[in-house]
Amino acid sequence: MADKLLTIEHLKKSYGDNLILKDFNLTVNRGEVVVIIGPSGCGKSTLLRCINGLEEIQGGEIKLYGEKIDRNKKNIAEIRQKIGMVFQSYELFPHKTVLQNIILAPIKVQKRSKSDVIKEAEYLLEKVGLSDKRDVYPRQLSGGQKQRVAIVRALCMHPEIMLFDEVTAALDPEMVREVLDTILELAKQGRTMIVVTHEMSFARAVSDRVLFLDKGEIIEEDIPERIFDNPKTERARRFFNTFEYDAVKNHTDTLNRKV
Amino acid sequence: MQALGIDVLLKGNNFIRLIDGLCTALRISLVSVIFSIVFGIVFGIVMTYKNTVISVVSRVYLEIVRIMPQMVLLFIVFFGTTRMFGLNLDAELASIIVFTFWGTAEMGDLVRGAVSNIPKHQYESSYALGLNKAQTYFYIVIPQTLRRLIPLSINLVTRMIKTTSLVMMIGVVEALKVTQQIIEANRMTAPNAAFGLYLTVFILYFLACWPISLLASYLEKKWSA
Ligand SMILES: Nc1ncnc2c1ncn2[C@@H]1O[C@H](COP(=O)(O)OP(=O)(O)O)[C@@H](O)[C@H]1O
Ligand SMILES: [Mg+2]
Repeated sequence: MADKLLTIEHLKKSYGDNLILKDFNLTVNRGEVVVIIGPSGCGKSTLLRCINGLEEIQGGEIKLYGEKIDRNKKNIAEIRQKIGMVFQSYELFPHKTVLQNIILAPIKVQKRSKSDVIKEAEYLLEKVGLSDKRDVYPRQLSGGQKQRVAIVRALCMHPEIMLFDEVTAALDPEMVREVLDTILELAKQGRTMIVVTHEMSFARAVSDRVLFLDKGEIIEEDIPERIFDNPKTERARRFFNTFEYDAVKNHTDTLNRKV
Repeated sequence: MQALGIDVLLKGNNFIRLIDGLCTALRISLVSVIFSIVFGIVFGIVMTYKNTVISVVSRVYLEIVRIMPQMVLLFIVFFGTTRMFGLNLDAELASIIVFTFWGTAEMGDLVRGAVSNIPKHQYESSYALGLNKAQTYFYIVIPQTLRRLIPLSINLVTRMIKTTSLVMMIGVVEALKVTQQIIEANRMTAPNAAFGLYLTVFILYFLACWPISLLASYLEKKWSA
């Protein structure tokens, strides 16, 4: 039987009168990589933020290994340690060096031994090719480097599940690859992840399951081969088409701008 | 030598008196800055609360400080309190009160700016790592606030030191006042000493403020994110 890591049941989330997630259900098994795709504003970020207890929810339940995630409960900080989140805008702490960014939470929150944590941080930095950036400040890094540090920072907490929210959306095209490769590597290690992305070929490569979301609802859900090559719903088909057209167009735009 | 008034400066304890005067000015600014930082932090944090009464009162306070010349404030506090309440305020104390009144407003505004400038995402990425509220403030928010604040408050110190030249108007014997006294006393023997003496005051002020200014821009550069 599959090992249910995260279960979301009848989740309801609204901002004022604006209902974003109506009756959202999702189960993520241990070791599974779920990719979420959908038009901008359909509630992808909101969903991830709810999973991490960053948002007040109006109904339903989110559970991590049976433990309820409730931002108003005392144990929320403890649960969040098991959930690694990487934001589109990196959100490294500007007043701390790369190493200090990574080791802060393991040392201060998990009370792990400083020398062990540093050793692990150095190991992880090496794996993402950033050993030489150990002691620099975030402002001295490129976007792609910042994002890899943010990923290492989350990993160093030994999370059960990782959430990625359009982590390459703010990057220059030539830096997207290095970040995606890092995430792909994590998938190979068998980590559990929920990945929100607009990079279709990456989604295909990394995912076990793809959800197509529109207006806060799962319109279609399938293995990547089927959903991309043969979407069942008209909405998904339209979205993928538009998307490819836009991607081509954007790409040409960037090329034109460079000339 | 004589034309520049150096001999006048070296006569008797004139130079010591001048330094003494400068020390008075520095003391007034330093004490006022310390009070301003303490009150300013409280005032600034209070201003980040979204409360109409608080925001109206603080707006009025900030506007008063911005509009009123410091000289007027000095006169109000020093002469006004004597008339109104029969208090006989020491001139130096009156200066400290006025400077603190002014400094608290400026510091408060800086603190409010620094705290509310920390993006919401900084809090969230800290929470996402499992830090609780207190840890987030202690490790993330306050250090970043202080970094933004320190260079700015150092600037306030230098501006205060400069502005202490006004307090002689209410009888505080600071550097400029001492200079005037020395010039008066030597009017017959060295009528041209004024230029040299004022030049000396200029150099002393410069020596007091310049390192502070340098420190501020150094920190600003070092911490600009
Ligand atoms: N803090 C907020 N307050 C009010 N509305 C919000 C807030 N955050 C997001 N929304 C709204 O919720 C909807 C979903 O947003 P989001 O989850 O960010 O979409 P996505 O990540 O899929 O692009 C959008 O219509 C957005 O305007
Ligand atoms: Mg989003």
